[in-house]
Amino acid sequence: MWLKFEQRPEPSRLMRYLSPLLAVGLMVASGMLLFHLLGKSPVEGFKVFFLNPIQDKYGIAELFLKATPLILCAVGLAVGFRGNIWNIGAEGQLLIGALAGGGLALHFHDTSSLLLLPAMIIAGALGGMFWAAIPAWLKTRFNANEILTSLMLVYIAELIVSWLVHGPWMDPDGFNFPQTRLFQAKATMPILVAGTRVNAGLLIAIGALIAGWIFMNRSFMGYQMKVAGQAENAGRYAGFSARRTVWIGMLVGGAMAGIAGVAEIAGPVGQITEHISPGYGFAAMIVAFVGRLDPIGIFFSGLLMALLYLGGEQAQQYLALPYSISKVFQGLLLFFLLCSDVFITHRIRWKK
Amino acid sequence: MNSRKTVVTTLGGLIAASVLAAAPPAAAPTQVGFVYVSPVGDAGWTYQHDIGRKEMEKALAGQVTTKFVENVPEGADAERVVRGLITGGAKIVFTTSFGYMNPTEKVAKAFPDKFFFHATGYKTGPNMGIYNARFYEGRYLNGVIAGKMTKSNIAGYVAAFPIPEVMQGINAFTQGMRSVNPKAEVRVIWVNSWFDPGKEREAALTLISQGADMITHHTDSTAIVQAAEEKHKENKNLYAFSYHSDMSKYGPTAQLSGTTHHWGAFYTKTVKEVLAGTWKGTNVWGGFKEGMIKLAPLNKAIPADVKALVEKEEKAIAAGKLHPFAGPVVAQDGKEKVAKGKNMTDAELGAMDYYVQGVASTLPKK
Amino acid sequence: MQPSLLSSILFATIVAGTPLIITAVGELVTEKSGVLNLGAEGIMSMGAVAAFAVTVHTGNPILGILAGMVAGMGMGLIFAVAALTFMANQVASGLALSIFGVGLSAFIGKPYESQTLPSVAAWNVPGLHKIPLLGHAFFEHQGLVYFSWALLGAVAWFLYRSRLGLVLRAVGEAPVAAHSVGYNVVRIRYVAVIFGGAMAGIGGAFLSVFYTPLWVEGMVAGRGWIALALVVFATWRPARVMVGAYLFGGCMITQMFVQGSGIQLNIPSQFLSALPYAATIIVLVIISHNKNTIRLNSPASLGQPFSPEA
Repeated sequence: MWLKFEQRPEPSRLMRYLSPLLAVGLMVASGMLLFHLLGKSPVEGFKVFFLNPIQDKYGIAELFLKATPLILCAVGLAVGFRGNIWNIGAEGQLLIGALAGGGLALHFHDTSSLLLLPAMIIAGALGGMFWAAIPAWLKTRFNANEILTSLMLVYIAELIVSWLVHGPWMDPDGFNFPQTRLFQAKATMPILVAGTRVNAGLLIAIGALIAGWIFMNRSFMGYQMKVAGQAENAGRYAGFSARRTVWIGMLVGGAMAGIAGVAEIAGPVGQITEHISPGYGFAAMIVAFVGRLDPIGIFFSGLLMALLYLGGEQAQQYLALPYSISKVFQGLLLFFLLCSDVFITHRIRWKK
Repeated sequence: MNSRKTVVTTLGGLIAASVLAAAPPAAAPTQVGFVYVSPVGDAGWTYQHDIGRKEMEKALAGQVTTKFVENVPEGADAERVVRGLITGGAKIVFTTSFGYMNPTEKVAKAFPDKFFFHATGYKTGPNMGIYNARFYEGRYLNGVIAGKMTKSNIAGYVAAFPIPEVMQGINAFTQGMRSVNPKAEVRVIWVNSWFDPGKEREAALTLISQGADMITHHTDSTAIVQAAEEKHKENKNLYAFSYHSDMSKYGPTAQLSGTTHHWGAFYTKTVKEVLAGTWKGTNVWGGFKEGMIKLAPLNKAIPADVKALVEKEEKAIAAGKLHPFAGPVVAQDGKEKVAKGKNMTDAELGAMDYYVQGVASTLPKK
Repeated sequence: MQPSLLSSILFATIVAGTPLIITAVGELVTEKSGVLNLGAEGIMSMGAVAAFAVTVHTGNPILGILAGMVAGMGMGLIFAVAALTFMANQVASGLALSIFGVGLSAFIGKPYESQTLPSVAAWNVPGLHKIPLLGHAFFEHQGLVYFSWALLGAVAWFLYRSRLGLVLRAVGEAPVAAHSVGYNVVRIRYVAVIFGGAMAGIGGAFLSVFYTPLWVEGMVAGRGWIALALVVFATWRPARVMVGAYLFGGCMITQMFVQGSGIQLNIPSQFLSALPYAATIIVLVIISHNKNTIRLNSPASLGQPFSPEA
């Protein structure tokens, strides 16, 4: 017996929606199996991992807070991924965006202008775009593979952050610890729900989702990107230059990642340190795929991904499981989704 | 009048009764939470804190239960974790890395009836204390041993980031080494990472190939002691000093000694005070005297006279008679930092951002 | 510069480059068949933990390497099922494999974090290791270093001199054509992916059993990603993988030597640490600039799923 896939005459709409649910179901099932293998009660494990984190208002707010940078980065990446632009350096773009926005906050640390925060967000977007422009330029001008250049630039961005917080931007009253001064009130995101940490960054993320949806589904440029991504030649026939696809894909990704960076430093972090992002730029790639490169999907996958992080913390406290279980779940989820996606275009047949 | 009084007493009695009913018979154990920056592992910074946690749990058996969360990123996530420990029932939380300072402070302000203790930071509050150890005292004695034992007069130091704590360590080691061997010099390689065993090992091997026969580290893995153990076969005078933990398991012949951290007594004392309601703020910076740092067991290769000297100096440091940064302390560029007859103040220690004379490397520009 | 110093720098560079070479050459073969597997970081982590665990239990590092290899093959198989049988997006599958592998290895490795291994003695090449100046640098290494050189030679020979290598390249260049003349594209790609996994597993094993030797979570520390970069850096040429790996290792080692020697460098240490990454970008640009070299060597169907019936 040999498993064989047979192409469907046309993609199944039903499977398009069922596939992510199937993937989540499989992930939960294998997670429960894993709990069982580790000698924990699967039901208890499920409760702790998936329900504990969101049992109160604060928990739900945390879920949205954690999802904000993931959603922002993922929307931007999705635009590029649709056009086959593999920007895997969103983490670096996030950091440079945070530096651009944060630099502004530090420079105007005594201003009372209400324009400071908007200016920081714009600076963040520009900073992220600048960092994304490097691989875009290297790709269009020198044909250098953007997967690698954008990744190498992540390491360089991390070192630039490290240099600034250890050197020129170090808090003068911070006992030589690697951090900048705390941002003043005008440079921090307003809190949306009192008593929680969820802030205006979430509104920006939702705005980005809407803008992303319009761009992808209603704009001619978004359509062109999609065509160019599906087949390079088709894009060329449509009179659309590959160069433009690269630039748009990279710059949108960079801008969104940069804004995510500002949302973090002006939100829950409140200063620049070496630990602005625990890898949001990388996790956002999973979010983008699980959300099937679609803003509505990304909204839900961003929340799911955030839940996996929060669940990992709970699993440590209440099940004495190591934190790495979060990563196992993340990897499994993406795998299952990718595999179940085949059923959109194919059906299974058993071959003798 | 009378009836009213009855009502009041009855009410009071009711309240007292309900409070008594709410409180379990033999006072439920108090929950104490710990936040760790890395996995517990088998050696290193977090491992020592976890030993402290277990010691405290054992010493206060029945009165406390403990819980920890490891691998918590320094930054926005820490606040949720600290808060989660509190809302999960913890009354006391210890956060054990510098990057948790601001998150801990925020949660401390939100929960004024709970208690928070942050390691290595500088912000305190009515319900937030800080603690740290004078690691440099141990480093000084490691330096003394190195100065006596070295044949090449070169020591190698693998370091992570030039924050004051690391600078204190390098400089104290150098001061100790030069106190017994004025020809000695210390070379430093920064690896810009707290934890990358491969890089740490490469840095150690680089220093060894540049002539260092005493190596030590301010990074978080056992790689350097292991590298020394391996190279000891080729150069019988090559030795290492461990940091954070005793790593003699990883370098049975090559580890001469080391500077180890001991938090258990501090944790026990602090939790006891909080439980008893006698806690009055904590700003502990303890050294040999408080037992917060110790020397890792001395290798039998160390001659008796050196052992005797080290033991004598350890007592002198604990007694406050010997200060690793007793003047004159001269910076690498020749500027006098502490005059003869004076000791460096804690504030000066906290702001250390230069090498002392005897460090052969130059500090990377900022 | 004293000869011994040069020799030490070379020696350390070679050691640092070895896991990169082994992993990158495996990935090169995978990519030559037209499959892009970004999971090297996860595979190396799994290889490292498996090799370490087996070496701890058996005391035999060779069994450890084999275990690392088998773990790598298993990871390769998982990827192949997703990317080849289920025709999933290869970039995303590779990412999933990376995250999964890093997480699972940390999970499995918990009990081994406290274990130690005796360091494995080097094997000196008789005669050659006595060559002044270079003998130590090149011929006093552990077995896997020589293995990495042999692997380079073997893969170069296989790709450009053997018939099977020709088939493999044909599958990467023009899967449809290869399919139409009767080659089983999916099966060949399976083999190439599993070979790549095996090599990344050995690369990981080198780290945990020979290089450090210890197991701790996160010890691969980004080397899997560097190995991937090296393949493109090398424009899919085995010999250039070696140049790239040693250049990368050399940058890291040299900056350490400069630091240790006390030479005054008026730049922040972070800039020195950034050198290897910047160098990779620059060389990548120089190589990619000539579109012909890239086009000649880069497998035309890289990253595109293949369906036999399409």
